[in-house]
This record gives sequence, structure tokens and C-alpha cells, in this order.
Amino acid sequence: MPMPYYVSPEQMMQDKAEYARKGIAKGKSLVALEYADGIILAAENPSSSLSKISEIYDCISFAGVGKYSEFENLRKSGIRYADIKGYTYSRADVTGKSLANAYSQVIGNIFTKEIKPLEVEILVVEVGDIPEKNSMYHILFDGSISDYHQYSVIGGHAEVVNGFLREHYQELLSLDEALGLCHTALEKTTENKQISEEHLEVAILDRNIEGRKFRRIPLSELRARLKRA
Amino acid sequence: MIFNTQYQGSSFVELLQKDFKQLLTNFNDLHIHEKDSSLSLTKGTTILSLCYADGVLIAGDRRAVEGNRISSRRIEKVYKTDQYSAMAVAGVAGLCIDTAKLFRTELEHYEKIEGEQLVIEGKANKLAHMIRQNFPAALQGLIVVPIFVGYDFQQQRGRIFKYDVVGGIYEEESYYATGSGGKDAKNTLKKLYRKPLDEEAALKLSIEALYDAAEEDAATAGPDIMHGIYPSIKTVTALGVRDVPQDRIESLYKAFLDSKLPDNE
Repeated sequence: MPMPYYVSPEQMMQDKAEYARKGIAKGKSLVALEYADGIILAAENPSSSLSKISEIYDCISFAGVGKYSEFENLRKSGIRYADIKGYTYSRADVTGKSLANAYSQVIGNIFTKEIKPLEVEILVVEVGDIPEKNSMYHILFDGSISDYHQYSVIGGHAEVVNGFLREHYQELLSLDEALGLCHTALEKTTENKQISEEHLEVAILDRNIEGRKFRRIPLSELRARLKRA
Repeated sequence: MIFNTQYQGSSFVELLQKDFKQLLTNFNDLHIHEKDSSLSLTKGTTILSLCYADGVLIAGDRRAVEGNRISSRRIEKVYKTDQYSAMAVAGVAGLCIDTAKLFRTELEHYEKIEGEQLVIEGKANKLAHMIRQNFPAALQGLIVVPIFVGYDFQQQRGRIFKYDVVGGIYEEESYYATGSGGKDAKNTLKKLYRKPLDEEAALKLSIEALYDAAEEDAATAGPDIMHGIYPSIKTVTALGVRDVPQDRIESLYKAFLDSKLPDNE
């Protein structure tokens, strides 16, 4: 009987992490950024129908990069989780923190138990009724979770975009300015890159909207706002 | 693990049925006698809706009764279900409120999972399925009868759908009223409804219809000037669902009552 090869746990984790990292690095970047009225999410996305940004609940939004089918599954289970919770308890009991923790558990489990890790990186953002209560959770392919303020970037070339935002981010930007900043930041990923408005997917969580605070910004509005920015 | 659901589709109700049965009541095993239930259950009463130039209006009085006692003066029977639709419910209050909450979650769940809203017929049909599932309960006196209204962007008008206890769905052209005082409200609507109708006239008409229902039906509340409680009214137009503010309803009611005084004639 052939003996299975011994692979040290360390080596196995490293291999899995490298595999996942490679998958994510191929993808495009996505930015979440706090502005005066809430949080804006922007991604370079050549497809107009397969979106990376989505609504989860009243104040919570989801964004994912990497393998579409994988983060799409996570997105849907997040919506199920939130709706069940809101129906059982109350709408105010659905929080970004508990959702982010649940995601972290699930993704972490898959990373350790399955042969193939998820090639995804996701953001769970929640807008608060005052800017100090905004929260942004970043969950990595191995389930590790961290929270950010001001801005957060996921996807390939995240370091470059992060570097650019570190220098140029300001608090309490208007929506137009924040949108312009996201656009320029995403263009920094490769040299002399131009991203046309059609390839930009943008949504906001606006605390001034009554009830469900998530809103996609349609192309016509996007154009007008970028012109003003 | 809450994340591993068997059900993978886009309906919230089906998700509950498959993976979260404990959150739904199973009426098949329930045996309630008609006598007991009519005495102890809170019931909501008159609701109505009518189409006007900009869309559709939906209204309900605020009274709930328990046998021959008033159990609540401020119950809400009119609910916004999504951006462009609303419903009003008559019947056993507990079930009515839950149906409205469940239906709202259902529409929202579908919209989020699929990335787009159902068309108005789709929404109306979904509600019919939910009412049909309540049929075993309805047989035992636990009745829920809603009116569903929404704005149809294709036809650019408001639309009204009425239901019966078996989940039958029927579209009404101009107006409809149901619940214990529904018949009286409908009579008023029938006599006074004229097209074209603007928002102001539609509001006045709905107020008069509810007033007439309250005059004839003990389970329907009239304007309660003492407590400052008036019917709740919502409008559904291309701009979305809007609550008609209570002070506007109050002033309309006062004007209406003034016009009824004999001195003014």
C-alpha cells in the first residue's frame, strides 16, 4: 500500500495562501472610502451586469474581488443571513460586525478544511448615523479579518492604490470629490491607465436616505459627477 | 451554521420553509373552534384603495377589535412593501401584520439576490401564493385578506389587486374596499368616483368613504379628534411610496366635517 506523502502543515498553508493570492492578484482593484454623507464603493468592472458591489441590508453593503462565482455565493449567503436575522429580531439588530464575523468563520473554515481555498477578498461596510460609527471590515481568503477607517482597498495592485490614497485622502469629502478620488486612485494601478466611466461600478451608502441606504450610481449621474469633480 | 442553507434560490419564504421551519407556523396541525377564535382574536377592519391621476392611493382606519371590544385604536393596516408598492391588510391582526412583514422581506430579498425588482404582476402573484399557503388557517377562521397596490412603469399608472382567502387574485380597475366596513366604503366610492381625479380629490374621497364605513360599521373607527388619531393613507406614484402626513389628513377631515354641518348648506 503506497503511503501518502507527508506535507508539513506549514507548507500546506503556505501553498494554499500562495495559490489564493495569485488568483486575487490577477483581478482588478476595488476601493471603499468614507465621505461626508456615508461610504462610497468603486470598482473597475468591465461588465455592466456582473457586479462586484451589492446591497446586503439597510446600512450594510458587500464588495468582493477574485473569483466571481465564489464571492457571488458569499454575497447571497450574506443576504440570507441578514434577512433571516432582521425578520427574526429587528432591522436594527443586523450589524456589519456580526456579518463580517460570520464571513470570517466560513472563509476560514474553507481555507483549513478544503483542498482549494477561496480565491476571494471581501469588504463588508456599514454606514453609521454619524461618521464615527462607520465601519469597514476587510476579510481575506484565509478568513483573517481587520477593520479599517477612512478607506480600504482590495484586489490586485491594492498596495499601489493604498499608497496613493494615503497621500491624497481627506476627511469629509463631497460625493463628487470622493468619486473623483476613487477614479484617479483606481487608475494608478498600472502606468498611464485610463478607466472609462462605462467600466466603473459605483455605489454609495448614504446615511441621509431613509430606510435602505444603498444606492447604485447610474452611468449618466456618474458622468455628470466626474465632470464636476 | 447559518451560512450553509440547503435552499439556494431567491425567495425568502421558500428559504424559511426549507431551512428555517421553526420561524413559520404550521397551521395544518392546528384545530381552533370558530367560537373561541372569534372571541379572543384581534381583528383589523376597513381598508380601501383607489386609482387617481398620478398613481394609486391606499388607506385604512386604525381600529382593531376583539369580539365586541376595541383592542387597539392605533393599529397600522397600511404597509409600504417596497419602493413602488404598498399593501393594506384586513383580517386577524397578528397574521396580517406578519404577512405584511414577511411580504416586504420577500420582495426586498428577491431584489437583493437577483439585482432587480420583480415586475408588478410578479409581486402580486407572489402575494397570492402566500395567501394560498395560509388557506388551512383561513379554514379555521384565521383569515388574511390584503389589497396590494403598486405603480406600473410600463403602463404608467397605479394598479390595484384584490385577493380572496384561497389566494385568488383579481385586478380592480378604479377602486376597491374590503374588511368589515368595506361594503359601506365601496358604496361611497362607487357613487362619488369620477375620472379624472387629482390627489386632493382622491384624498377627500377616501376620507369620505372611510367616514361612511365608520358610521355603519362598529368595527371601523371614524376620525378620533379626542386622541388625534386619523386613518393612515399612503400614495404610490412614479416618485415612490409616500405617507400622507397626519396633519394633512386631520385638516381634510375637519374640512369634511364642517361641510357636513347643517349651517353650511
